[in-house]
Amino acid sequence: MEKKIQHLKSKANQMRRLIVSMLAKAGSGHPGGSLSSTDILACLYFEVMRFDAKNPLWLDRDRFHLSKGHCCPALYASLAMNGFFPMVELDRLRCLGAMLQGHPDRRVPGVEVASGSLGQGLSVALGMALAGKIDKRDYRVYCLMGDGEIQEGNIWEAAMAAAHFKADNLCGIVDYNHFQIDGRTEEIMNLEPLVNKWEAFGWHVIQCDGHNLYQLLEGFMKAKAVKLKPTVIIAHTVKGKGVSFMEHVVDFHGRAPNEKEREIALKELAETEKDEDAL
Amino acid sequence: MEPLYQRDVYGKTLVELGKKNPNIVVLDADLSGSTRTVLFAKEFPDRFFNFGVAEQNMMATAAGLASCGKIVFASTFAMFATARALGQVRNTICYNNFNVKIVATHSGITVGEDGASHQALEDINFMRAIPHMHIIVPSDGPETRSAVITACESEGPFYIRLGRAKVPTIEKKKDFMLGKGYVVEEGKDMAIIACGSLVYESLQAVERLKEQGFSVGVINMHTIKPIDRALIVETAKKYKKVLVCEEHQVIGGLYSAVCEVLAQEYPIRVERVGVEDRFGQSGKPAELMECYGLSANCIVKKAERFIRE
Repeated sequence: MEKKIQHLKSKANQMRRLIVSMLAKAGSGHPGGSLSSTDILACLYFEVMRFDAKNPLWLDRDRFHLSKGHCCPALYASLAMNGFFPMVELDRLRCLGAMLQGHPDRRVPGVEVASGSLGQGLSVALGMALAGKIDKRDYRVYCLMGDGEIQEGNIWEAAMAAAHFKADNLCGIVDYNHFQIDGRTEEIMNLEPLVNKWEAFGWHVIQCDGHNLYQLLEGFMKAKAVKLKPTVIIAHTVKGKGVSFMEHVVDFHGRAPNEKEREIALKELAETEKDEDAL
Repeated sequence: MEPLYQRDVYGKTLVELGKKNPNIVVLDADLSGSTRTVLFAKEFPDRFFNFGVAEQNMMATAAGLASCGKIVFASTFAMFATARALGQVRNTICYNNFNVKIVATHSGITVGEDGASHQALEDINFMRAIPHMHIIVPSDGPETRSAVITACESEGPFYIRLGRAKVPTIEKKKDFMLGKGYVVEEGKDMAIIACGSLVYESLQAVERLKEQGFSVGVINMHTIKPIDRALIVETAKKYKKVLVCEEHQVIGGLYSAVCEVLAQEYPIRVERVGVEDRFGQSGKPAELMECYGLSANCIVKKAERFIRE
């Protein structure tokens, strides 16, 4: 287990470096939420999910849907590191004619459904889960939502329906970093009591530290065992996690690091990697 | 011929398709009795999902199902299928080019007594602006069946627009072909290009115009997107006068589609029978057709004036 965690930590660190680099190169994009969701994606793409990068449309693959589409740098890093497409594509993020769009779409191997317009993803994931039930396939569906995103009414329509249809093959994850573009969620539109809301909608709720890989893996494992209802993991995270000057800073929700910031960030992340190796 | 409910035909066609193709899934949003998807629900309960009053969720879930290879039919009233769930239809169904077939009933002013909130008069406009979307407005029962089968067999998203009331079956028809309108009636003085319920109204109008010595052609333009450009240009060249008739706002529907083609390829004056940028109201369907200038009577008046000019 210790080794597994160390491996995931290293993957997450590499993802963070790729996120910072691709965003700096693109000159625009969303570092804050990409970094807050990195550890969640590292667990999914390097441990939890079943897939075959060489055969992205394998019928029995687990499905992942990034409902908070603006955090696609984290997803693109996960996919590239797994060999869904060449790493070099990351350098062309957000460029004219590039495969990697500002928000993900289906030209990217490994992206199931385009996203970017917030609030629709949990429904999309529910559709995938229902298809699995109809076809009697045992794949699981994971859907990552932003905290600001779940202010959309469509999320709660989907939440109600997923419980109604007993979609126990569906696992939602809320990246609860407490920031949206305009400021703190508590000030812009309060989400609390969030656990009660999901429970009231008929979901099994698991809370964890969204940067603690043990807790995340344990959460995903427990979610798998829940029958007859969907599970949501409320992952308590830090916006901009891993880069000191981006942590808890709302400005980095939607601003890419400049050249100087990129250098400092990469240096910091390299040091983190060294420290973790030393442990 | 015997008048039919297009939605009855739709429900029966779904059952027919469902028997042949296990990949078909049907969704509704608490209107399955009215849209007649209930017929499919009874036959194939494992492939039917009722989402309750939540159209946005229904449309985005349809996309998720389609991403796993399902052919998804999603039905509700035209007002809610389009205006209410537009973001989902645009970003999650059409952008992905998914096999989601939106079959909406209760379109147009002939919804009647329920009034303006339920009379979808802008739905073609909403759907037409979205890339990848196909739009069919069948004129009667048999054409509804053809449209539904065609949508099922074709790739990509479709919007099929049906009415609430019974509609007479139109004779003298050709086989349905997606994207190909056809001439129902030949004439000399003017051509009417119509879709949906106004094909029948136009034919009624043409009979009366004949009595007054006018010879008017009628074209059934059942596919609004992709529009049959060749037929529109050919019609304009032959008749020089074109009147477009539709149960929709004059902004953004068939009239707009025809004008867009002719403005570019063969500019002539194009007249219209449609709802003139206003909301509907309660009333009996026939009264409303008269009041909003859509009935055969109104078409006759407009055509007479236009031909005499």
